[in-house]
Amino acid sequence: MKRGLMLWSATLVTYAFLYIPLAVVVLFSFNDSELNASWVGFTTRWYAKLLGDETMLQAAANSLFIALVSSLIATLLGTMAGIAMHRWRPPLLPFLVLTPVAMPEILLGVSLLLFFRQVLDLTLGLFSILLAHITFSIGFVAIIVRARLAGMDESIFEAARDLGATPWKTFVRITFPLIVPGVIAGYLMAFTLSIDDFVITFFVAGVGMSTLPLQIYSMIKVAVTPEVNAVSTLLMALTLTLIAIASRVALPPLKRGT
Amino acid sequence: MALLELRHITRRFGDLEAVKDVTLSVEAGEFFTLLGPSGCGKTTILRMIAGFDEPDEGELFLDGQPLAGIPPEKRPVHTVFQSYALFPHLTVAGNIAFPLEMAGRTRDEIRRRVGETLALVHLEEKSAAFPHELSGGQKQRVALARGLVNKPRLLLLDEPLGALDAKLRERMQVELIALQREVGVTFVFVTHAQQEALALSHRIAVMNAGRVEQADVPEALYSLPKSRFVADFIGTINLIDVDVVESNRHGLLLRAAGIGDIAAPAHPGIAAGRHGALAIRPEHLRVSPHSESAGLKNHFLGTVSEYLFRGDVTIYTIRLDNGLSLEALTTNAAPGRARFHEIGDRVRVEWRHDAGIYLAD
Repeated sequence: MKRGLMLWSATLVTYAFLYIPLAVVVLFSFNDSELNASWVGFTTRWYAKLLGDETMLQAAANSLFIALVSSLIATLLGTMAGIAMHRWRPPLLPFLVLTPVAMPEILLGVSLLLFFRQVLDLTLGLFSILLAHITFSIGFVAIIVRARLAGMDESIFEAARDLGATPWKTFVRITFPLIVPGVIAGYLMAFTLSIDDFVITFFVAGVGMSTLPLQIYSMIKVAVTPEVNAVSTLLMALTLTLIAIASRVALPPLKRGT
Repeated sequence: MALLELRHITRRFGDLEAVKDVTLSVEAGEFFTLLGPSGCGKTTILRMIAGFDEPDEGELFLDGQPLAGIPPEKRPVHTVFQSYALFPHLTVAGNIAFPLEMAGRTRDEIRRRVGETLALVHLEEKSAAFPHELSGGQKQRVALARGLVNKPRLLLLDEPLGALDAKLRERMQVELIALQREVGVTFVFVTHAQQEALALSHRIAVMNAGRVEQADVPEALYSLPKSRFVADFIGTINLIDVDVVESNRHGLLLRAAGIGDIAAPAHPGIAAGRHGALAIRPEHLRVSPHSESAGLKNHFLGTVSEYLFRGDVTIYTIRLDNGLSLEALTTNAAPGRARFHEIGDRVRVEWRHDAGIYLAD
């Protein structure tokens, strides 16, 4: 009984610690006051104000565009990497693909900045952000796709060849349908990583280019306004939705035919 | 002309010679089995026939055409995998339709052939089920149906019954024989279970360490093994080390150290002075109380040291007075009595002069 109580309180404290700050942000985004001090009354005017904020809308549009495009390309490359790692087990590829996943973001940010400026002599902006986001997303997609393949009976793919399918047909009819949940989960993962990335984006964005996280950061340099709460709430809602979809798609293990 | 021919096939993996100079031919309509312990090279041969592997030396021919360089999907050869390898995202009907779709058959033909094949393996009511909803025996039948539906020239079966429990295994063996007879497709079957091979096959190639030891009909492998390995691997057999004392067209006179002289059937081309083994099946030995007089040419006294009661038969281990142990099988056919000897009983072991077979070293 006593042990049960301890367990329950530990659980509660942990959840409170994790979610109260988030709850506060959501709550105060609906607070009818300029100050994040006390609850005054319910309003949606901060959301209305957001919609009228040109800079904010532009930053949101940039973020969405970058997230959509970078996650698409990262998914394509990551899926190929995941399949290659599984099929041929090249010794170096996992290391190359997974390093950006493990690397501290600040390091990746600095090195990408140096690479883009010093080596490629690229003008920083939308394109450099896209390249950076693709770079750090590939590894996540590859891990998910490879994990998906690892749980499968290898002879399925041989069986397809044996029964008359060319390698390409085998991919289209057998391999791809089987890894598609992993590919979707990888895509959503890449999308969420991209849309709320701050550190790396901060390094490679250049002057005059802004994304949602960068915009929020520049706003709180002045003060945490209810408008920041509102945009954070929206971002949170989007991210949570995507994570929910990703885990729904990826988590139920595929029932195997063996 | 043989349907499938393997000529001097050798396959190496690094330093290991997995298949060594194997020459075999399989006739159309045959149920041919590659039998051997794990690692004997039988699965490697199967993979070379299917096209997943190529020999380092030698050639394979199907219908007289060389198979070298032809990818698996272009070979009129289908495989039933040990794990069944059913496509988990396709239904039973979808799995069976797959080879037909790959061959570009029309929609009507696919529907008809899938229906016929489902009926052949008695799975009509499971056509919309997914593989994970099937029992082991049902998966097995889907794998067979999928392998047969596009009428391959050759169906390869890689230990397909290995994953089934004993009872189901026996039933599937019966079904497999009936199925092969019905469809007339040539089967090349791989197994390490000798009883399964004996029960199913028209011909068996016994493999050991990459080589074919002997290829023959099951009856010949059982009664006329050509090497110690085959004698020992197929069924149970007593092997007695002997020297050849006399050899003529009527028979052999052998001498086993500590036992004495043994009369054995003639073995052409064996001269006196050679060393070898006498192989004799447990069912050829007769066990009687030592008080009864000997009736057969070869007879020795011993003591029952062990017995295994199997219901229909009893297998006695008899320790001869010189220390050699022999296994003898007696049928329990006498009414009202199941077993005749107890551990410790003094008995006489006898066998006919024309039983057993001499195996040269």
